[in-house]
This record gives sequence, structure tokens and C-alpha cells, in this order.
Amino acid sequence: MNNLISMRDLSADKILQLLKLAESLEKNPNQIDLSRRVMAALFYEASTRTRMSFESAMKRLGGEVIAMVGTAGTSVEKGETLSDTARVMARYSDIIVMRHPNEGAARYVSEQVDVPVVNAGDGANQHPTQSLLDLYTIIRSQGTLEGLNLALIGDLKYGRTVHSLAYALAPFKPEFTFVSPKSLQMPKHILSDLRKMGIPFKEKTKLEKTVKDADIMYVTRIQRERFPDREEYEKVKNAYIITAEMLTNVKDNMKVLHPLPRVNEITTDVDDTQYAYYFDQAENGVYMRQAILATLLGEAK
Amino acid sequence: MKVLKVDPIRNGTVIDHIPAGRVQRVLAILKPRSTDIVMMGMNFSSKAMKKKDIIKIEGRELTQNEVNSIALVAPKAKVSIIRDFKVAQKSKVEIPEAIVGLVECPNPKCITNAEPMTTVFKLESGEDRQLACQYCERVFTADEMKHL
Repeated sequence: MNNLISMRDLSADKILQLLKLAESLEKNPNQIDLSRRVMAALFYEASTRTRMSFESAMKRLGGEVIAMVGTAGTSVEKGETLSDTARVMARYSDIIVMRHPNEGAARYVSEQVDVPVVNAGDGANQHPTQSLLDLYTIIRSQGTLEGLNLALIGDLKYGRTVHSLAYALAPFKPEFTFVSPKSLQMPKHILSDLRKMGIPFKEKTKLEKTVKDADIMYVTRIQRERFPDREEYEKVKNAYIITAEMLTNVKDNMKVLHPLPRVNEITTDVDDTQYAYYFDQAENGVYMRQAILATLLGEAK
Repeated sequence: MKVLKVDPIRNGTVIDHIPAGRVQRVLAILKPRSTDIVMMGMNFSSKAMKKKDIIKIEGRELTQNEVNSIALVAPKAKVSIIRDFKVAQKSKVEIPEAIVGLVECPNPKCITNAEPMTTVFKLESGEDRQLACQYCERVFTADEMKHL
């Protein structure tokens, strides 16, 4: 593996290898030493969580981090091309982690530089490290990826994380329930891909009935900006809120996941239940990103 | 008696069955050299297509690659290589596996529309003439594409 650009590039074997390494790093963080290695964080768009979890991952393995966060005051504002900026950063560092508003930006940079490139989000296209940490979280909480029943809830139309999660789980015989308002349903082309792969799914607009069979409830935020009509938003905004009260009739092994930040879609009383797993999910991001950095820097054993 | 509307060529290439009105787009792709002798026919009657366009290029044999690159705009075109007034080789066009620097990505947020760079599309499905952008990963049909 030379770069991590898109989940489409990863075989099931490679994914399992990364999951294994993440688990091993969680147990024994000192097995890999990235001291004197430098990670360049090239963030054309603000992101606190992804960037800080990458920084934490690199530093906990002994490595160093240099960062460009936002384009204000940088050479980008002077009109420097992405290619030039990236080629300079590649001279300063051993690995580039980048987020960019344009789709395909990370793939392009990976063709321009000799150091490994990690895509930390390219517009609405891919966010493979999020998908991998979601997979790690699912396997950590369920003990397997095989044959799980997943309810994906909220904004399924624009939610990049739920799209890649659907594809990432596809080789492991999942069963999906997609719960969303009509206007924010899973895109047709993804549903047609799932059909082609023979993966069963249901589409629902109501949350209640889907809860009891789920192994995983993956909740995403419904953003007001997605609704042209304020009234429409007011109608649906409370229909997809998870409360502790709703979780009385669920499977024992069920876990609630959320890529965070949450606003009100999971009430804080859920935090104290055995089903809350979103903070563990955030922590898992560090182990998964350690596994990715170590692998790309050729230090994975 | 058969009336020839366009002079036959001694050596070169004939591209037949171009959809009517697309001859200029085909020419734009082939980019004739200043020494090429080119004849262009528009709106000829055709049994299969009702109307069609034709191009004849004297003195130049198109390579399979050049031929394939016109498949996006003229998927049913037939290409004949002419040697000494005789058809030496006849072939259909086929969309190549990779289309490099030929078409623009219709996704306005694609990096190829923001950086000075070459577009690359991979053939997703030849039957539906669907192409996937190597960068933004979106899939488009050939009719959605604008030639560069």
C-alpha cells in the first residue's frame, strides 16, 4: 500500500490487515517507533477531529507533525497550485495527510509526490480513514464484521460516511435498514449497487420499528441547511432523535455509533447506557490512524 | 449508376457512420495536421441512420488509438483504411479503457476543473458508454461529456 485515497482501492484482505494492526496497537502502543518521521497535515478546510486524531496518532508513535490549517495567510492565497504546495510539503515531510474541498484532490497529489498520501476527506467523495475507523469500531464492539444488522439513521443522502460504510461492509454480508426522511434517502445509485451485490436492505421513514433487530445503530446529523423549507425541517428534525427511553427493547450487544459532532440527535442520557459507543469510536480513530501511518511509512510488522 | 458525392481516396482513412451533425466534433478530436487532405461530408442519407456524416483523410492511416478516441462521439462509426483505392482494413470503433486528456469532467467540484491538469476517465461500462473519473470517482455517460 503506497497511499490511502479511496476505499475502492482496498481489498478485503488489506482492510482486515489494517484492522488487526489497529487492534494490536491499541493493546501495545509501543511496538512501532516513528521518531524523526514528520507528518505534514495539509488541511485546506477546517477539521478539528480528523486532524487532531491524526496528530495524536503520529505523536503517540513518537513522530512529529507540521500543519497547514485553512488557507488564510498561506501561499495558497497567493495563487499557488495544489500541485506546487504539495510538492513543497513532500520535501518537508515523510507523509502527507490532506483534506481538500475538491473531489479527487488527494488522488491527484498522490501522483505528484513521492511520499505517501492519506486522504482525510476530498469534498463529498471519500473519507477512507473514517470508514476504516468505523469498521474497527464495529469489529471491536461486535467481535465480527460478518452478517451484522445495521440501521443507518439520519441524513443518508449527503452523508459521506454512511455511503462509504455501506460499501466498506458490503463484502461481509450485512443487512441494512436505512432510516431517513423521504428527502434525505440513500442515493439511488448506491441502492442499485447494493442490489447488484445481493445485499438486503429496507428503507424506512420511522425509527421505532427498526431498533429491536439492530446490532449497530449508526446515527448522523440532519442539517437544517439541507432543507429548502424551514417547515419541512421542523417536521422531521425530532423524528430521528435517539433517547435512552427508546433503547429498552434492543439487543444486548447493540451499540450506537455517531461520527460526531452531535447536536441533538442522540440525547445525553444515552451516554450513560451500555449502548453508547460514540466516544469509543472517536478513540478508535487514533488506533486506526496509527495503523495507517505505520503501514504507509513501512513500519508495520 | 452510383454517383459519388465525394472523391475516392488513394491512400488514407475513411470514417463512415458518424451521427449527422457530429463531424466537426470528430475532426476536433482527430486534430488534422496542416499537411493532411481532409474531405468532410454532412447529412448523407443512410439506411441505418437516416442521416450520417463522413470524413475522408488522404495520406494518413489512423491508428487504433486515434480511431477509438472518436468512439465517445461516434459510437457506431466504421473506419476503413484505404490503400491504392481498396479497403485494406475495416474496423468498428471501441471506447478505450482509459480516456486521457480528451474530455472535461462534468463535476464542477472535481479537482480536474480546479487545477491545471490532464483528465483521466476509465471505461466503466462499454455498453452504456459510462465513464468514471479517475479523480472524483463519479460516473458519467459519454453524452454528458464535453470535449476539450
